[in-house]
Amino acid sequence: MSQAEITMAGHSAAMERPAFSVPAKKMAMWLFIIADTATFAGCLVAYGFLRNATPNWPRPFHSITNVALMTFILLTSSLTMLFGIDGAKAGDKAKALRWTMITAALGAVFALLHIREWLALIDEGMTLFKNPWGTGLFGSAFFSITGLHLLHVTGGVIALIAVGIRYNGGRYNADDLEITGLYWHFVDLVWMFVVPLVYLLNLSH
Amino acid sequence: MATAEGHRSSVGKYVIVYVILLVIAALQFVIAYSNISGGQMFTRMLCLAIVEGVLALLFFMHLADNRGLLWFFAIFTVFVLLTLQYGWTDSFRLLDGVQWAK
Repeated sequence: MSQAEITMAGHSAAMERPAFSVPAKKMAMWLFIIADTATFAGCLVAYGFLRNATPNWPRPFHSITNVALMTFILLTSSLTMLFGIDGAKAGDKAKALRWTMITAALGAVFALLHIREWLALIDEGMTLFKNPWGTGLFGSAFFSITGLHLLHVTGGVIALIAVGIRYNGGRYNADDLEITGLYWHFVDLVWMFVVPLVYLLNLSH
Repeated sequence: MATAEGHRSSVGKYVIVYVILLVIAALQFVIAYSNISGGQMFTRMLCLAIVEGVLALLFFMHLADNRGLLWFFAIFTVFVLLTLQYGWTDSFRLLDGVQWAK
Protein backbone atom coordinates (compact mmCIF):
# COMPACT_ATOMS: atom_id res chain seq x y z
CA MET A 1 0.00 0.00 0.00
CA SER A 2 1.46 3.36 -1.00
CA GLN A 3 1.85 6.27 1.41
CA ALA A 4 -0.92 8.11 -0.43
CA GLU A 5 -3.33 5.17 -0.02
CA ILE A 6 -2.49 4.89 3.69
CA THR A 7 -3.17 8.63 4.09
CA MET A 8 -6.48 8.40 2.20
CA ALA A 9 -7.61 5.39 4.26
CA GLY A 10 -6.78 7.29 7.45
CA HIS A 11 -8.87 10.26 6.37
CA SER A 12 -11.80 8.32 4.91
CA ALA A 13 -14.14 9.56 7.64
CA ALA A 14 -13.32 13.16 6.78
CA MET A 15 -13.90 12.60 3.07
CA GLU A 16 -17.60 11.84 3.14
CA ARG A 17 -19.77 13.17 0.33
CA PRO A 18 -20.72 16.82 0.95
CA ALA A 19 -24.29 17.59 2.03
CA PHE A 20 -26.69 17.73 -0.96
CA SER A 21 -23.61 17.20 -3.20
CA VAL A 22 -22.83 20.89 -2.78
CA PRO A 23 -19.18 21.93 -2.24
CA ALA A 24 -18.42 23.30 1.24
CA LYS A 25 -17.93 26.95 0.17
CA LYS A 26 -21.19 26.98 -1.77
CA MET A 27 -23.02 25.28 1.11
CA ALA A 28 -21.71 27.97 3.48
CA MET A 29 -23.24 30.63 1.19
CA TRP A 30 -26.54 28.72 1.08
CA LEU A 31 -26.62 28.52 4.88
CA PHE A 32 -25.96 32.28 5.05
CA ILE A 33 -28.77 32.87 2.53
CA ILE A 34 -31.16 30.68 4.53
CA ALA A 35 -30.29 32.59 7.74
CA ASP A 36 -30.67 35.94 5.94
CA THR A 37 -34.03 34.80 4.56
CA ALA A 38 -35.19 34.38 8.16
CA THR A 39 -33.89 37.89 9.01
CA PHE A 40 -35.72 39.58 6.13
CA ALA A 41 -38.84 37.46 6.69
CA GLY A 42 -38.83 38.59 10.34
CA CYS A 43 -38.51 42.25 9.32
CA LEU A 44 -41.26 42.06 6.68
CA VAL A 45 -43.70 40.14 8.89
CA ALA A 46 -43.09 42.59 11.78
CA TYR A 47 -43.76 45.41 9.29
CA GLY A 48 -47.02 43.64 8.37
CA PHE A 49 -48.07 43.44 12.05
CA LEU A 50 -47.44 47.17 12.50
CA ARG A 51 -49.16 48.21 9.29
CA ASN A 52 -52.19 46.08 10.08
CA ALA A 53 -52.51 47.39 13.64
CA THR A 54 -52.08 51.09 12.75
CA PRO A 55 -55.10 52.84 11.20
CA ASN A 56 -53.29 56.07 10.16
CA TRP A 57 -50.51 54.34 8.23
CA PRO A 58 -48.90 56.90 5.85
CA ARG A 59 -48.96 56.53 2.05
CA PRO A 60 -46.12 58.90 1.12
CA PHE A 61 -45.22 57.63 -2.35
CA HIS A 62 -46.66 59.75 -5.18
CA SER A 63 -44.81 58.17 -8.10
CA ILE A 64 -43.57 54.72 -9.03
CA THR A 65 -40.95 55.98 -11.49
CA ASN A 66 -37.98 55.74 -9.12
CA VAL A 67 -38.89 52.36 -7.61
CA ALA A 68 -39.69 50.96 -11.08
CA LEU A 69 -36.30 52.09 -12.34
CA MET A 70 -34.58 50.60 -9.28
CA THR A 71 -36.41 47.29 -9.81
CA PHE A 72 -35.44 47.21 -13.49
CA ILE A 73 -31.79 47.91 -12.64
CA LEU A 74 -31.60 45.22 -9.95
CA LEU A 75 -33.33 42.58 -12.11
CA THR A 76 -31.01 43.43 -15.00
CA SER A 77 -27.99 43.14 -12.70
CA SER A 78 -29.02 39.55 -11.91
CA LEU A 79 -28.98 38.78 -15.63
CA THR A 80 -25.57 40.40 -16.14
CA MET A 81 -24.26 38.40 -13.17
CA LEU A 82 -25.41 35.21 -14.90
CA PHE A 83 -23.62 36.30 -18.10
CA GLY A 84 -20.45 36.77 -16.02
CA ILE A 85 -20.74 33.31 -14.43
CA ASP A 86 -21.46 31.80 -17.84
CA GLY A 87 -18.27 33.40 -19.17
CA ALA A 88 -16.26 32.14 -16.18
CA LYS A 89 -17.53 28.57 -16.61
CA ALA A 90 -16.61 28.71 -20.30
CA GLY A 91 -13.11 29.83 -19.31
CA ASP A 92 -13.55 33.28 -20.87
CA LYS A 93 -11.93 35.49 -18.21
CA ALA A 94 -12.40 38.77 -20.07
CA LYS A 95 -16.14 38.18 -20.52
CA ALA A 96 -16.53 37.07 -16.88
CA LEU A 97 -14.73 40.16 -15.56
CA ARG A 98 -16.61 42.53 -17.90
CA TRP A 99 -20.08 41.29 -16.90
CA THR A 100 -19.16 41.09 -13.21
CA MET A 101 -18.04 44.72 -13.25
CA ILE A 102 -21.21 45.74 -15.16
CA THR A 103 -23.20 43.98 -12.41
CA ALA A 104 -21.28 45.90 -9.73
CA ALA A 105 -21.88 49.17 -11.61
CA LEU A 106 -25.62 48.47 -11.81
CA GLY A 107 -25.61 47.71 -8.08
CA ALA A 108 -23.87 51.04 -7.42
CA VAL A 109 -26.46 52.90 -9.53
CA PHE A 110 -29.23 51.14 -7.58
CA ALA A 111 -27.64 52.24 -4.29
CA LEU A 112 -27.33 55.86 -5.50
CA LEU A 113 -31.00 55.93 -6.59
CA HIS A 114 -31.96 54.49 -3.22
CA ILE A 115 -29.98 57.14 -1.34
CA ARG A 116 -31.52 59.87 -3.54
CA GLU A 117 -34.98 58.58 -2.62
CA TRP A 118 -34.10 58.55 1.08
CA LEU A 119 -32.86 62.16 0.88
CA ALA A 120 -36.09 63.23 -0.83
CA LEU A 121 -38.17 61.63 1.95
CA ILE A 122 -35.95 63.18 4.64
CA ASP A 123 -36.41 66.57 2.88
CA GLU A 124 -40.17 66.10 3.20
CA GLY A 125 -39.76 65.73 6.97
CA MET A 126 -39.54 61.96 7.41
CA THR A 127 -37.20 60.65 10.11
CA LEU A 128 -36.91 57.37 12.02
CA PHE A 129 -39.51 58.52 14.56
CA LYS A 130 -41.82 61.03 12.85
CA ASN A 131 -43.24 62.10 9.53
CA PRO A 132 -45.85 64.61 8.35
CA TRP A 133 -48.35 61.99 7.09
CA GLY A 134 -49.23 59.71 10.00
CA THR A 135 -47.74 57.31 12.51
CA GLY A 136 -44.03 57.68 13.22
CA LEU A 137 -43.68 53.91 13.02
CA PHE A 138 -43.60 54.21 9.23
CA GLY A 139 -40.17 55.87 9.21
CA SER A 140 -38.72 53.22 11.55
CA ALA A 141 -40.10 50.37 9.44
CA PHE A 142 -39.20 51.92 6.08
CA PHE A 143 -35.64 52.95 6.95
CA SER A 144 -34.95 49.64 8.76
CA ILE A 145 -36.10 47.37 5.94
CA THR A 146 -34.76 49.39 3.01
CA GLY A 147 -31.60 50.23 5.00
CA LEU A 148 -30.90 46.55 5.65
CA HIS A 149 -31.40 45.83 1.96
CA LEU A 150 -29.21 48.78 0.94
CA LEU A 151 -26.50 47.45 3.27
CA HIS A 152 -26.70 44.10 1.48
CA VAL A 153 -26.47 45.79 -1.94
CA THR A 154 -23.44 47.84 -0.85
CA GLY A 155 -21.73 44.74 0.55
CA GLY A 156 -22.56 42.91 -2.66
CA VAL A 157 -21.04 45.62 -4.87
CA ILE A 158 -17.80 45.52 -2.83
CA ALA A 159 -17.76 41.69 -2.94
CA LEU A 160 -18.36 41.64 -6.71
CA ILE A 161 -15.47 44.04 -7.36
CA ALA A 162 -13.12 42.17 -5.00
CA VAL A 163 -13.99 38.69 -6.31
CA GLY A 164 -13.98 39.88 -9.94
CA ILE A 165 -10.48 41.34 -9.60
CA ARG A 166 -9.16 38.27 -7.79
CA TYR A 167 -10.78 35.98 -10.37
CA ASN A 168 -9.07 37.92 -13.13
CA GLY A 169 -5.78 37.70 -11.24
CA GLY A 170 -6.09 33.92 -10.97
CA ARG A 171 -6.55 33.74 -7.19
CA TYR A 172 -10.26 32.81 -7.43
CA ASN A 173 -11.99 30.46 -9.84
CA ALA A 174 -15.37 30.24 -11.57
CA ASP A 175 -16.93 28.56 -8.50
CA ASP A 176 -16.02 31.56 -6.33
CA LEU A 177 -17.68 33.87 -8.84
CA GLU A 178 -20.77 31.65 -8.86
CA ILE A 179 -20.96 31.74 -5.05
CA THR A 180 -20.82 35.56 -5.09
CA GLY A 181 -23.52 35.43 -7.77
CA LEU A 182 -25.75 33.41 -5.43
CA TYR A 183 -25.54 36.23 -2.89
CA TRP A 184 -26.32 38.82 -5.56
CA HIS A 185 -29.41 36.91 -6.75
CA PHE A 186 -30.58 36.66 -3.14
CA VAL A 187 -30.35 40.47 -2.79
CA ASP A 188 -32.49 40.72 -5.94
CA LEU A 189 -34.96 38.15 -4.57
CA VAL A 190 -35.45 40.13 -1.34
CA TRP A 191 -36.18 43.28 -3.36
CA MET A 192 -39.03 41.42 -5.13
CA PHE A 193 -40.82 41.28 -1.75
CA VAL A 194 -39.78 44.73 -0.47
CA VAL A 195 -41.20 46.55 -3.53
CA PRO A 196 -44.85 45.41 -3.26
CA LEU A 197 -45.03 45.36 0.54
CA VAL A 198 -43.16 48.55 1.42
CA TYR A 199 -43.61 50.71 -1.70
CA LEU A 200 -46.60 49.70 -3.82
CA LEU A 201 -49.01 49.15 -0.92
CA ASN A 202 -48.11 52.66 0.33
CA LEU A 203 -48.82 54.56 -2.88
CA SER A 204 -50.97 57.64 -2.48
CA HIS A 205 -53.85 57.46 -4.97
CA MET B 1 -24.17 26.45 -27.16
CA ALA B 2 -21.26 24.16 -26.24
CA THR B 3 -17.89 25.72 -25.56
CA ALA B 4 -14.36 24.37 -25.87
CA GLU B 5 -14.35 23.11 -22.28
CA GLY B 6 -17.67 21.29 -22.61
CA HIS B 7 -19.60 23.99 -20.73
CA ARG B 8 -23.17 24.37 -21.99
CA SER B 9 -24.36 27.94 -22.00
CA SER B 10 -27.79 28.64 -20.49
CA VAL B 11 -27.93 32.29 -21.56
CA GLY B 12 -31.13 31.75 -23.59
CA LYS B 13 -32.93 30.28 -20.58
CA TYR B 14 -31.71 33.12 -18.33
CA VAL B 15 -33.00 35.77 -20.75
CA ILE B 16 -36.44 34.09 -20.91
CA VAL B 17 -36.67 33.95 -17.09
CA TYR B 18 -35.49 37.58 -16.89
CA VAL B 19 -38.24 38.71 -19.29
CA ILE B 20 -40.86 36.76 -17.31
CA LEU B 21 -39.62 38.41 -14.08
CA LEU B 22 -39.86 41.85 -15.70
CA VAL B 23 -43.44 41.11 -16.83
CA ILE B 24 -44.44 39.92 -13.33
CA ALA B 25 -42.84 43.01 -11.76
CA ALA B 26 -44.76 45.20 -14.24
CA LEU B 27 -47.98 43.39 -13.27
CA GLN B 28 -47.37 44.32 -9.63
CA PHE B 29 -47.11 47.98 -10.63
CA VAL B 30 -50.37 47.70 -12.61
CA ILE B 31 -52.10 46.13 -9.58
CA ALA B 32 -50.86 49.01 -7.41
CA TYR B 33 -52.98 51.40 -9.50
CA SER B 34 -56.04 49.14 -9.82
CA ASN B 35 -59.26 49.94 -8.01
CA ILE B 36 -59.45 47.01 -5.57
CA SER B 37 -59.45 46.64 -1.78
CA GLY B 38 -56.21 46.71 0.20
CA GLY B 39 -56.61 43.03 1.12
CA GLN B 40 -57.05 41.94 -2.49
CA MET B 41 -54.12 44.11 -3.56
CA PHE B 42 -51.90 42.60 -0.85
CA THR B 43 -52.88 39.02 -1.79
CA ARG B 44 -52.28 39.51 -5.52
CA MET B 45 -48.97 41.29 -5.04
CA LEU B 46 -47.72 38.70 -2.55
CA CYS B 47 -48.66 35.81 -4.88
CA LEU B 48 -46.78 37.46 -7.76
CA ALA B 49 -43.76 38.12 -5.50
CA ILE B 50 -43.74 34.43 -4.48
CA VAL B 51 -43.81 33.38 -8.16
CA GLU B 52 -40.92 35.79 -8.86
CA GLY B 53 -38.96 34.45 -5.90
CA VAL B 54 -39.48 30.82 -6.91
CA LEU B 55 -38.37 31.54 -10.51
CA ALA B 56 -35.24 33.31 -9.27
CA LEU B 57 -34.43 30.45 -6.88
CA LEU B 58 -35.00 27.72 -9.46
CA PHE B 59 -33.27 29.21 -12.49
CA PHE B 60 -30.98 32.06 -11.37
CA MET B 61 -29.77 30.30 -8.22
CA HIS B 62 -29.96 26.85 -9.88
CA LEU B 63 -32.03 25.12 -7.21
CA ALA B 64 -33.90 23.36 -10.04
CA ASP B 65 -30.73 21.28 -10.53
CA ASN B 66 -30.48 20.24 -6.86
CA ARG B 67 -33.74 18.82 -5.50
CA GLY B 68 -32.24 17.97 -2.08
CA LEU B 69 -31.11 21.53 -1.42
CA LEU B 70 -34.39 22.86 -2.85
CA TRP B 71 -36.41 20.86 -0.30
CA PHE B 72 -34.05 21.84 2.53
CA PHE B 73 -34.47 25.52 1.64
CA ALA B 74 -38.24 25.24 1.12
CA ILE B 75 -38.95 23.36 4.36
CA PHE B 76 -36.80 25.73 6.43
CA THR B 77 -38.33 28.87 4.89
CA VAL B 78 -41.92 27.65 5.25
CA PHE B 79 -41.22 26.65 8.86
CA VAL B 80 -39.76 30.08 9.68
CA LEU B 81 -42.65 31.88 7.95
CA LEU B 82 -45.24 29.79 9.80
CA THR B 83 -43.62 30.39 13.20
CA LEU B 84 -43.59 34.15 12.49
CA GLN B 85 -47.38 34.25 12.15
CA TYR B 86 -48.04 34.15 15.91
CA GLY B 87 -48.41 37.94 16.13
CA TRP B 88 -51.40 38.47 13.84
CA THR B 89 -53.99 37.94 16.59
CA ASP B 90 -52.45 40.76 18.63
CA SER B 91 -52.12 42.86 15.50
CA PHE B 92 -55.87 42.59 14.78
CA ARG B 93 -56.72 43.08 18.47
CA LEU B 94 -54.76 46.36 18.48
CA LEU B 95 -56.54 47.47 15.31
CA ASP B 96 -60.00 46.68 16.69
CA GLY B 97 -59.17 48.12 20.09
CA VAL B 98 -59.07 46.38 23.46
CA GLN B 99 -59.20 47.76 27.00
CA TRP B 100 -55.51 47.36 27.72
CA ALA B 101 -54.52 48.96 24.41
CA LYS B 102 -56.44 52.21 25.08
